[in-house]
Amino acid sequence: MERPLVELVGATVYFGADAALDGVDFQLFPGEVHSLMGENGAGKSTLIKALTGALQLSSGEIRLDGAPVRFHSPHDAQLAGIRAVYQEIDLLPNLSVAENIALGSESRRFGLIDRAEMRVRAHAVLADLGLDIDPASLLGRHSIAVQQLVAIARAISTDVRVLVLDEPTSSLDQAECTELFRVVRDLKARGVAIIFISHFLDQVYEICDRVTVLRDGKLVGEYLTRELLRIDLVHAMLGRSADKLRTRSRLHVVDGRREPYLSARSVSVGSGIAEADVDMVEGEVLGVAGLLGSGRTELARAITGIDRLDAGIIRVQGAKEGIGGPRTAISLGVVYSSENRRAEGIIGDLSVGENITLALQAERGILHRIRPSRQRELALSWMEALDIRPRDLDRPAGTLSGGNQQKVLLARLLALSPRALVLDEPTRGIDVGAKVEVQNLVGELADNGLSVMFISAELEEVLRVGNRVAIVQGGRIVDTLPSDELTPDVLTALVAQPESER
Amino acid sequence: MTSVPIADRRARVSAYTQTFMSRHSSMVPTFAAVVIFVLILIGAQIHFGEFVTPRTLSALLLDNAYLLILAVGMTFVIVTGGIDLSVGSVMAFTGISCASLLAHGYSAAVVVPAIILGGALIGLLIGVLVQYFDVQPFIASLAGLFLARGLAFVVSLKSIRVEDESVLWLQTTRYRFGEWYITPTGILAIAVAVVGALVMRYTRFGRTVYAVGGSEQSGRLMGLAVARTKVLVYVISGVCGGVAGLVLTAYSGAGYPRNGIGTELDVIAAVVIGGTLLTGGTGYVLGSVVGVLVYGTIKTVISYMGAEQAWTRIIVGLMLLMFIVVQRVIVVRAERRR
Amino acid sequence: MTSLLRHRLFWPGFSLVALIALNTAVRPRFIQITVRDGELYGALIDILRNCAPLMLVSLGMTLVIATRGIDLSVGAVMAVSGAVALTIIDGSSDPGSVSTVLVAIGVGVGVALVLGVWNGFLVSVLKIQPIIATLVLMLAGRGVALLITDGFITTVNSRPLEYVASGHLFGLPFALYIWVAATVSIALVERRTALGVLTEAVGINPEASRLAGVRSRGIILGAYVASGTLAGVAGIIYSSNIRAADANAAGELIELYAILAVVLGGTSLMGGKFSIAGTVLGVLIIQTLQSTILFLGVSSAESPVFFAVVVVIVVLIQSPRVHEIARRLTRGRRSRPSPEVRGDAELRTDAELRTEAEVTP
Repeated sequence: MERPLVELVGATVYFGADAALDGVDFQLFPGEVHSLMGENGAGKSTLIKALTGALQLSSGEIRLDGAPVRFHSPHDAQLAGIRAVYQEIDLLPNLSVAENIALGSESRRFGLIDRAEMRVRAHAVLADLGLDIDPASLLGRHSIAVQQLVAIARAISTDVRVLVLDEPTSSLDQAECTELFRVVRDLKARGVAIIFISHFLDQVYEICDRVTVLRDGKLVGEYLTRELLRIDLVHAMLGRSADKLRTRSRLHVVDGRREPYLSARSVSVGSGIAEADVDMVEGEVLGVAGLLGSGRTELARAITGIDRLDAGIIRVQGAKEGIGGPRTAISLGVVYSSENRRAEGIIGDLSVGENITLALQAERGILHRIRPSRQRELALSWMEALDIRPRDLDRPAGTLSGGNQQKVLLARLLALSPRALVLDEPTRGIDVGAKVEVQNLVGELADNGLSVMFISAELEEVLRVGNRVAIVQGGRIVDTLPSDELTPDVLTALVAQPESER
Repeated sequence: MTSVPIADRRARVSAYTQTFMSRHSSMVPTFAAVVIFVLILIGAQIHFGEFVTPRTLSALLLDNAYLLILAVGMTFVIVTGGIDLSVGSVMAFTGISCASLLAHGYSAAVVVPAIILGGALIGLLIGVLVQYFDVQPFIASLAGLFLARGLAFVVSLKSIRVEDESVLWLQTTRYRFGEWYITPTGILAIAVAVVGALVMRYTRFGRTVYAVGGSEQSGRLMGLAVARTKVLVYVISGVCGGVAGLVLTAYSGAGYPRNGIGTELDVIAAVVIGGTLLTGGTGYVLGSVVGVLVYGTIKTVISYMGAEQAWTRIIVGLMLLMFIVVQRVIVVRAERRR
Repeated sequence: MTSLLRHRLFWPGFSLVALIALNTAVRPRFIQITVRDGELYGALIDILRNCAPLMLVSLGMTLVIATRGIDLSVGAVMAVSGAVALTIIDGSSDPGSVSTVLVAIGVGVGVALVLGVWNGFLVSVLKIQPIIATLVLMLAGRGVALLITDGFITTVNSRPLEYVASGHLFGLPFALYIWVAATVSIALVERRTALGVLTEAVGINPEASRLAGVRSRGIILGAYVASGTLAGVAGIIYSSNIRAADANAAGELIELYAILAVVLGGTSLMGGKFSIAGTVLGVLIIQTLQSTILFLGVSSAESPVFFAVVVVIVVLIQSPRVHEIARRLTRGRRSRPSPEVRGDAELRTDAELRTEAEVTP
């Protein structure tokens, strides 16, 4: 067999006393797509950071072409041809697309940047990715999906030997994914080694040649994708019986004639969502399926008072209500959990306990402070109910893993004893175990009489959790169907169907 | 039939607008500043009859040359997301040092580089504190403010007259073009602004300044010299403080250690009026030039009105307020339109 | 021991004790407290008395900074409240009567409160950047004060007014009671009601707080009102001390000293977590420093330099980077090479900031 391009031998990284990466061996060959799998906290990102120079190994070594190397900074790694594109885009929204692609390796004349040349080059790289945007436009004005592609364009605009793609598809729609995969195969054919990290098993199986599985910072094993059964992969990642993962079926169908708790009619907000009709029925989960930018988030924000309505009526328990803001919505029992956990959910520097009781405290008012003992009791009971870990009330919430942060947010909302719960991508970017827990919780809540709206980019999940599914496209709700009449393939087709064919 | 080309033209104009907005939306506040500058000029012209004259406009540059130079340096700092409160004190320190050294018989060829170096060193101190010791820029430059002011007092407690011909030449020489005139100090200020604008737009250093303001971490990952840039912007501001000290000394014909108390706020106000966001990442040197012109015009208008000292402050405050509110409305509108 | 070292009030407290120790070492008289006519005197008592205006202003500044704001107008507000109060006393038929002085103080502080509402309105309703919004009043406020005093320094002779700054009660300066009362009531209001934690939530993540139903507008407005009102009281104490209203000198540069005190006390200018006790320590450090300058006989010309040097030292003592270097030096090479955790934390915050930026439009 040929020599690995990059090799990690006995890679170990300590954070304080804990080993985030513990004696891991990893090999990457030229011209392969290699997936790194594991739950959150398994050590994937630590390994990536060590490889790209963002972290230093505590012990062990990195070999490039067989020779030991040390990367003191990401820049060192980049000079060696190792490039990474992170899920949280490391670009500059206040500069132009072209600058974001070229900066650091821009062509200069007499010490001055040749901006025209920069744009031409950027345009060529973007065209390679099938992206036709103005290179002189500001990056921040484009969608997250486009920004992600620009980040990839930056990575491949130079001589790249190793390309790390960390959750590159989380914000891409299907067409964009296809385009990305085409580019990945192209790079692979050119001999580039690619590390591909994704929560979507389908994509891993579609594009990857080999899989390395990590768990608790240790290496579990390295497998050829085509020889590895899905169920075995999940086993390897979780290290527990995959049986526990099976969600309970939600075949119980709600009587459609029941009075909705919240009903919205002809709701419009800006250009995001137009003339949407939604009913949230007690005891039912309404799944919302749509591509990124379809208006699914705008819909959720409109009915929960986050964004002001331009037109439309919202009735709660039959009474017409002007939901002027989140506070009014909360007082009516309608609560919203944002897709953007860090910017619009967690208050990072406050403790877990304070985060859980925040909304309840805000509702009670400044003068009616929840006593510290009561606050602890309340927060602890939610931590136990939702299995939030570590069970430390005083830890800053920003230090928890994504899944636990999501649970803290859910606890915050549930502490309000809401009647209607609107969850925007509650399972995005969290590990498989936490995902199933959240899905199960949503089902239980509905069984207890809550009306839940569940928005997710994973159509299978929407089908599994929802009793009915609303399909959003181009800012309109195009159809609402019972989920037992749909299969993932049918739903995918419906969601992806171009408007012209409707 | 005629409606087709009109619609077509409209579509083209709107497409053009869109392209423009997608590329330069951050310039909107600067345009707002230009519009308001013109409005103030028109208003003053109507009110006083004799306002927009070559004489007033030439004096505008002359009177505000030091402010303009400071604003250019401040723009660099603010675009990185920092702030430099020391500029007024640095100007006083370099100004009094200049006068004192000249009075001790040193030649201007030695004195001028020396005081600019002095400004640069105070800037370097602030930059090192900010970059290498994680001191917040507000606090680090506050220390710089006290340090420079103290040093100014140490140099001299009293005002020192300048007799040196070459320094006075900066102010007394007037190149005339008909009714218009410009002094070497004015040329110096314009040169600083032009160099500043070019550096910001066309050098890797300049783009790194924006990168630091947008996201330091991303800039570092792109392999840009973030640390060096963050120190350098304070050095540049310090250098501008030194040049401004020279210009102010030439302008007033003397050095005075209490010069420039509160000037840092005038400078920050001018930079913000010019469309630079204090949060960093967005701003233009030429915007700051416009900001200084607006600020200077407001002061000229007040002196034309012959208002007393108390009113000067109130009106400057109110006009600043009006300006900020109008600018805010324009920005909100522009955001809503897209 | 390590937990004591990590406590966030350790370094401010350490700096204060070190300053006092330095003074005492140079001149032991510094810590002497004498009793005359049942009233306490001494350098330390003077510090506790003279710090009152800065203390009040800094307390308000702490609340404003906790909301991610800044209030540059405090000095101007001091000038206005002093001008209003003293003009009323000056114009009254009986400047020495207690009721006149009380009314004057009430009106002066009331005007300051209104100015605080104005700042709060600009920031919380019109959403103008705090530094610029309060700059307006900082520029215009002194003009207003000059108008009120007609451009002169209004001097008055009024025993009750003098008592505010110079009087003694139960052996201690009356001004001390004022700032202690203000500190205690603010601490109680912040920590016994939910205001403190909600203020921190708004300061750390305004949008997330809005979505959680926090009334951020009211909280931000309240912080500026508190800052304005406290600055008003500070203005009265200042005027009482010099028995005059000086529109130009009242509270000059106090905004910078107050911000410095807040930062020295461990509250970040980025908003969020704040510490009232830290601010009290910060003010005491600054005040001790100023009396040190007098005490050590540093000439007034050099005092800003001295001040700058000490500020740099105090800030460096508190810098985590310096602690890290110190640790590395003391421990030598025995310790295990620790990974750069910093990079990780920065990645997170930057990503947060960026997502916020993306969400705004």
